[in-house]
Amino acid sequence: MHTSRNTSPLHRTSHLRHRPGSRRLTASGLAAVLAAGLLAGCAQDGGGSGSGTSADGKTVVSVGVFGVFGYKQAGLYDEYEKLNPGIKIKENSTERNEDYYPALLNHLTANSGLSDIQAVEVGNINEVANLHSDKFVDMAKAEGVDKSAWLPWKWDQAKAENGKVVGLGTDIGPMGVCYRKDLFKKAGLPTDRKDVAELWAGDWAKYVETGEDYMKDAPKGTAFTDAAAGLYNGSVSSYAVKNYDRDGKLIYKKSEAVEKSWDLAMQAVEGKMTGKLKQFDKAWDQAYANGTFASVICPPWMLGYIKEKSGPKGADAWDVAAPPRPANWGGSFLTVPEHAKNKDEAVKLAKWLTAPEQQAKLFEKQASFPSSSKALSLPAVADAEHEYFDDAPIGEIFSDAAKDIPTAVLGPKDQLIQENIGNIGILQVEQQGKSPEEGWNAAVKKIDDAVED
Amino acid sequence: MTLSRTEPATGSGKPPVRPAASGGGSRAEERRSRRYRRDARWSPYAFIAPFFLFFAAFGLFPLLYTGWASLHNVSLHDPTHMEWAGLHNFSRLWEDEFFWNALRNTATIGVLSTVPQLAMALGLAHLLNYRLRGSMFFRVVMLTPYATSVAAATLVFALLFGRDYGMINWALGLAGFDHVDWENGTLTSQIAVSSIVIWRWTGYNTLIYLAAMQAVPDDLYESAALDGASRWQQFWHVTIPSLRPTILFTVVVSTIGATQLFGEPLLFGGSQTGGGSHQYQTLGLYLYEQGWFNFHLGRASAIAWTMFLILLVIGLANWLIARRLQRSSSQ
Repeated sequence: MHTSRNTSPLHRTSHLRHRPGSRRLTASGLAAVLAAGLLAGCAQDGGGSGSGTSADGKTVVSVGVFGVFGYKQAGLYDEYEKLNPGIKIKENSTERNEDYYPALLNHLTANSGLSDIQAVEVGNINEVANLHSDKFVDMAKAEGVDKSAWLPWKWDQAKAENGKVVGLGTDIGPMGVCYRKDLFKKAGLPTDRKDVAELWAGDWAKYVETGEDYMKDAPKGTAFTDAAAGLYNGSVSSYAVKNYDRDGKLIYKKSEAVEKSWDLAMQAVEGKMTGKLKQFDKAWDQAYANGTFASVICPPWMLGYIKEKSGPKGADAWDVAAPPRPANWGGSFLTVPEHAKNKDEAVKLAKWLTAPEQQAKLFEKQASFPSSSKALSLPAVADAEHEYFDDAPIGEIFSDAAKDIPTAVLGPKDQLIQENIGNIGILQVEQQGKSPEEGWNAAVKKIDDAVED
Repeated sequence: MTLSRTEPATGSGKPPVRPAASGGGSRAEERRSRRYRRDARWSPYAFIAPFFLFFAAFGLFPLLYTGWASLHNVSLHDPTHMEWAGLHNFSRLWEDEFFWNALRNTATIGVLSTVPQLAMALGLAHLLNYRLRGSMFFRVVMLTPYATSVAAATLVFALLFGRDYGMINWALGLAGFDHVDWENGTLTSQIAVSSIVIWRWTGYNTLIYLAAMQAVPDDLYESAALDGASRWQQFWHVTIPSLRPTILFTVVVSTIGATQLFGEPLLFGGSQTGGGSHQYQTLGLYLYEQGWFNFHLGRASAIAWTMFLILLVIGLANWLIARRLQRSSSQ
C-alpha cells in the first residue's frame, strides 16, 4: 500500500501516513514538493557516493528512508553507534515516497547513489522483489536472521518468486475502527468498544449495516464514516486475493474481493452515510476538527493524526474498536542493495533495527506498530493503551488484528489499481454524482491504459 | 547600433595603436599584441560559454534524449533498457482520450487565466502610471504574489475554494447562494486553478506594462490632449498602440506558462489525476502521471515532445504576428 511516514516532531502532522494510492500531500510536504525530486536526488547521491568511511576512520553506514522512520528520533542510531564504536550511521531522508521510490529505481539502474540500507514501502515491495531481486541481498540467508520472529504474512510480502527475501519487515498497519462515542450515543448505538466491535464482527457488510442504523437517527450534519474509499480499502485489504491471483495474473475486474468491496462502497454512497471526503485532504482534517463523521477505519499510525486533527475538543469522544475483519494498511521493509558500499555492516544494522526489542522501542516512541510477532508479546506493546482514545488497549486490539491478517497476494500494480479505484471510480460516484457503472468504467479505463505496455 | 560602436575595440578592425617609444620591433612586443588580439577576439566566447555549457547539459541534452526516449518503450524500472517503438507513442496519443482531455483543459485554463490576467495587468499598469503618492509601495505590493511560492499560494487557494469550510462558499452563503463544490465541477475547478495563476502573475505583467508605458513619449499624450482626447481615448489610441510589442511579448510568455501549467493543478487537488474525472488535469500533469505514476517514460517523453511542438507553433505564430505588426507600424 502506498503510505508515507512522517512522525517527526518538527512536522505538524504526526503519525501520519497516506492512504494506499492516495497521493494526498501533507501540509509539510506541500512546501517542498516541487523541489523534492531534485533534492531527493542530491540527498541520495550525497549519502551513497561517499567513500563509506568517515574522517575519523569509522565505517559509515547510510540509511535511505522516505518521510520519517523515527529511528533517529527514537535514539536507535545513537544506541547502535554506542554498541558498535566503529560505526557511524547517516540517514538520507526524502519527504515523500512518490519522490523516493523513482529515485531508488534510478539508482538501482545506475548502480550508484545507493544508500547501504534502502527502505521500501509495502506498496512497492512486490515490484522490487520480483523485478529487481538480483540487485538485493537475500535477507533470509543473512546470518542470525530468524524468520519466525516476524509475522508470517509480513515476511512473505518481501519474498520474490524465486524464494529470495529482499527485505526485513519494519512496521505494519493492522486496521481498527476509530469511532466517536458522543455521536454513536446520539444515534442510539452502543458506545462500549466491545459492544461496538460486536456490531460488525466478522463482516464488513455489517459495518455498512451499522451505518444504515446510524443514519436513521444521525445527529444533524454528521455522516457515519469519512469516505467510501476508506471503506473500500478496509474491505479489500481483508482478502488474501484481490488484484492478482496466485499465478500473478491481473484479475481485479472479476475478483471477489474487489467486487464485494466495491459494492459495499457503493452501498455506503447510496445510503449517504459517507462524509464525501478525500482522506488526507484539508477538508478531511477540518472534518475531524468539527466532528462531522462518526467513524474511520484506522491503523495504529493514524491515531496520532486523529488526535492532532480532532484536538482537545475531541478528547473525550474518540475510542477504538476491533475491525470487522483483520486487514493491513501500510508498513515498510529495510533492504540492502548488492552494490551497497558496506554491505555486511548494512545487513547487521538492518537486522538490529528490525529486531523485536528495537521494534518495541520504536512503537513506544513513534507509534510504529511492530511486524515482529515476538515484539507483539513484549509488555511495551501488549499492554499499551492510548490515553486520547479513552485508554483503549491498542496493543491488544491491533495485535489481535495483526495475527489474523491474511497473507495477501501482492502484485506490481496494486498501488496504481487502488489509487484509480479510489480516486477515480469511487470519487466520481461519491462526489460527482455519477452512476456506479460510470465510475467503475472510468477506473477500469484508466487502469487498462496504465498497465498496458 | 551597439554592435557598430564596439566593433573597433574588439580588434577585428584595425590593430590598436601602440606608443612609438616602446621599440616596435621586439618579438616579445609582437607576441603580446598577438595575444591581446586573440584575447579580445575569443574571450567573449569564453564569457558566454558557461551559459551554453549549462544549456547543453540541462536543456539541449534532455531535449534530445527525451526525443530519443519518445521513440521507445521505456519503463522507469529499467530506464536504460529501451525497446524501439517507432512513432507508436505519438500515434497512440491520437486515440488517447486522456491526452485530448488534458489538452482541452490546458487550453481552457490557459484562456481563463491569461485573458483576465493580462487585461487586469494593463488596467493596473495604467493606474500606476499616474502620479501617485507612494507609487513605489504599490509597485512592490504588485510584485509580492509573484514572489510567493506556488505551493504556498495553492495551499491557501485550495482552502479558500473548499467545499465545506472554504471562505468563498462561506461568502456565497452569506449572499444567499448555494455552496459550490469547486473541485468537482469542470468549469468551477478550472476557474479555481486559473485564479491561482491570475493571482500570481498579474503583478509581474503589470510591472512589464508599466515599464513600457513609461517609455511612451510624453509629447504623444500632450498632442493627443491638445486634440481634445479624453483619458480613455488617450489610453486606447496612444498607450495601447505603443504597447503592442510588449503585449505580444506577455501574451507569448503567458501562453508558454499556461501550456506548461503543472504545480497549481497538482497541488490544488493534491493528486496527479487532476480531479476525479480529470476535470483539471493539464498536459504537464498528464505527463507526470504517465511517467512517474504509471512508469511509462516513453509515453511521457512523447507528451513532452508534443508540448514542445505546440510551443514551437505558438512561437512561429508570434513571429509572424510580430513581423506583420512591425510592417504596419513602419508604414
